[in-house]
Amino acid sequence: MIPEIGQFALILALSLAICQAVLPLVGAHRGDAAMMNVGRSAAAGQFVFVAVAFACLTWSFIANDFSVLYVANHSQLSLPTIYRVSAVWGAHEGSLLLWIFILAAWTVAVARFSSGLPDAFAARVIGVLGFLSVGFLLFALLTSNPFDRLVPAPADGGDLNPLLQDPGLAIHPPLLYIGYVGFSVAFAFAIAAMISGDLDRRWAKWTRPWTTVAWMFLTLGIALGSWWAYYELGWGGWWFWDAVENASFMPWLIGTALIHSLAVTEKRGLFKSWTLLLAITAFSLSLLGTFLVRSGIIVSVHAFATDPTRGFFILTFLAVVVVGALVLYAWRAPALDSDVGFAPLSRETFLLLNNVLLVVATTLVLIGTLSPLIIEMATGGKISIGPPWFNVAFLVPMIPLVILLGMGMHAAWRTQAASPWLNTLKIPAIIAIILGVVIPLFGYGRISIMLVVGCAAAAWIVASALIPIIRSLRREKGTAGITRSALGMSIAHLGMGSFVIGATIVSAFGVESDRALQPGESIEVAGFEFHMKSLGNVQGPNFSAIEAEIEIRDDGEYVATVRPQKRQYLVQRSLMTEAGIHPGMDKDLFVALGDQLGNGAWSVRIQYKPLIRFIWLGALIMALGGLIAISDRRYRSTAKARDKVPLDSTKTAEAPA
Amino acid sequence: MNRFLWPLIAVAVLLGFLVLGLLHGDPRALPSPFIGKPAPQFELPTLKNPEVTIGSKNLAGDYAIVNVWATWCVMCRAEHGFLLDLAASKTIPIYGINWRDSRVEAIRWLDELGDPYIASAYDADGRVGIDWGVYGAPETFLLDPEGTVVYKHLGPLDPVIWQREFVARMGASGGASK
Repeated sequence: MIPEIGQFALILALSLAICQAVLPLVGAHRGDAAMMNVGRSAAAGQFVFVAVAFACLTWSFIANDFSVLYVANHSQLSLPTIYRVSAVWGAHEGSLLLWIFILAAWTVAVARFSSGLPDAFAARVIGVLGFLSVGFLLFALLTSNPFDRLVPAPADGGDLNPLLQDPGLAIHPPLLYIGYVGFSVAFAFAIAAMISGDLDRRWAKWTRPWTTVAWMFLTLGIALGSWWAYYELGWGGWWFWDAVENASFMPWLIGTALIHSLAVTEKRGLFKSWTLLLAITAFSLSLLGTFLVRSGIIVSVHAFATDPTRGFFILTFLAVVVVGALVLYAWRAPALDSDVGFAPLSRETFLLLNNVLLVVATTLVLIGTLSPLIIEMATGGKISIGPPWFNVAFLVPMIPLVILLGMGMHAAWRTQAASPWLNTLKIPAIIAIILGVVIPLFGYGRISIMLVVGCAAAAWIVASALIPIIRSLRREKGTAGITRSALGMSIAHLGMGSFVIGATIVSAFGVESDRALQPGESIEVAGFEFHMKSLGNVQGPNFSAIEAEIEIRDDGEYVATVRPQKRQYLVQRSLMTEAGIHPGMDKDLFVALGDQLGNGAWSVRIQYKPLIRFIWLGALIMALGGLIAISDRRYRSTAKARDKVPLDSTKTAEAPA
Repeated sequence: MNRFLWPLIAVAVLLGFLVLGLLHGDPRALPSPFIGKPAPQFELPTLKNPEVTIGSKNLAGDYAIVNVWATWCVMCRAEHGFLLDLAASKTIPIYGINWRDSRVEAIRWLDELGDPYIASAYDADGRVGIDWGVYGAPETFLLDPEGTVVYKHLGPLDPVIWQREFVARMGASGGASK
């Protein structure tokens, strides 16, 4: 009964989404206020019914209703309750429902906080979001219904993929989807602005906070996924250039470009057509990611179980959305040429370069991700170009990007005089060069060109990002301090510095060693002694495991005890590695059990990972920067002050309320 | 030409490319690359008697289904009742491939639950499973009298799926009354 309610709620949500897509757009075109107002109510109704459907599916999992096919395939009686809840989005159908739910939630948020926007504009934004909801609801109902029944119901289910039975992965998809789907708001704003044909700066101002929020969640989601891969997959790496990782990384790169480009459009009214294109691209890449993950076109450790009809549906939807948006773009963008100029040395120039480099980086990732497909189609052979290619190719745009970052932060809008600018940059440049040599040489005892470049780049970013904060702290009383926007930018850039130093040090000085070890034995890796004290059996709720107790000593001094496990999940019979990690800001010590070698010995993978925490810390700081930036006063004022200037080309919809 | 058309052109190329990829790309994108093609040749010892082998030659001559199963597979237990009913109805010969399993446990399973199979091949290391493109259990292949794979179903069988996906296909290429 409960699943049928869920099914019915989804169908009702679809009907409301159709109203939400059609009526406000028609209303905005005709200037009919009543029709435009339908948008907000329909969006609220759609949200309620999607929430009901989501609750029904969650209920089916909690109640172990194995007559629901999706539950039977992805849950199990002994699965802990928390994972029964997160199993809702553990596979294709349910994660699609989560996607729809989050889209509905974003729409309601836009409807709620858009009271400061012109009615026709808000109506169009809600209409475009409604159109996206229609697409995804159809996708769910036609190809991926989570409420399909299984008759007769099995006594027990097939269990959730053990990889997903982890707190990190329980919240990783929601965070990632909030980010992914959040770019739909920037997309909807761009489409609404292009339909009305009136693209002034206010469009950029309205879009900015929404884009930043989506970007923040995407940052956190990607970081959490990376952290999870680190400790759960047992390989000790933090990024694998896997197709699905790339699928989330490409929207992030373009989203980052979009945030910077929006700044120029808002402040100076420049780059309008470019910003529009980025807004379209960021969401299109989110859709492309969905397609790659759900069509099975690319083999990946994270890809969902696949079905060609799903691939074709999502590809068709992708085509309609992207081609539609780009046709509109080709029609409207030529009118957007701006007559304001900027000097070669100005913040505009640096932000333009930032955008170019981020787009180049995205293109490289896209090529790398799709290349196995290209090669397979051309030659029939299955090969992967793999991480080595990405690691090199990606640095090409990234090194200039971080150098320009520090320079651009201190350049003024419009035009910047060279000498005071060079003066400001002198101190960070000196700090960068010194630390670029000192950190690797004295901190870690080795030096190379790449190490100097990496450490200097990190120091350069941190030093130049700190300047505005220090200046604000040392300012004279009564003068204006740093704005929240500028503070947010500095903090986010500090996060970038933290990421760069972490990535540089861990890739240069990380040690990985595969050794055989049996109880009572010790081995030395990276100067630490790893002593296996014992090996025993442990019983979990739905798994049994072998656990080693390993004591780590540094020069005879006790450091920590870690307990890596090799788990066998009882239903799916799959073996999982649960690494034992001694975390620290300066280094992680990581022990994972490999295979049983006979006569009581196990192969163990021991890793020394200096500064690896700085990578994820960097992502957290970047997200914090975004949070500070959107708390800027001028966004709060937008939400309240009603903007009476008509944005609609029909000029009829703006009767004062 | 309008330079703002370039993104559209780039996307059109990319989309065309993805369509091709979906049609011709990875086997995972299709239900099975073997559909419409002869089933991969195999020869394996039977489950119940390692001395006797079973292989492609046994399958030819009539419509047959080949069901990939294992004792560790919960969904196989779910479909087992249906397979027994199907075997009892004598609609079609059912062959099994016992996949990545323990022989002892598999024989005990058939003793306890009943044996719907004419015979099960014992594929201990999953090698034949790889030839057949098996992703997991249960999977069921429908073969026509010439030994061509007509359909492959992933997941447990039930009467609805049987009628919709299998019976319909047996009619179509077998030239039955409908």
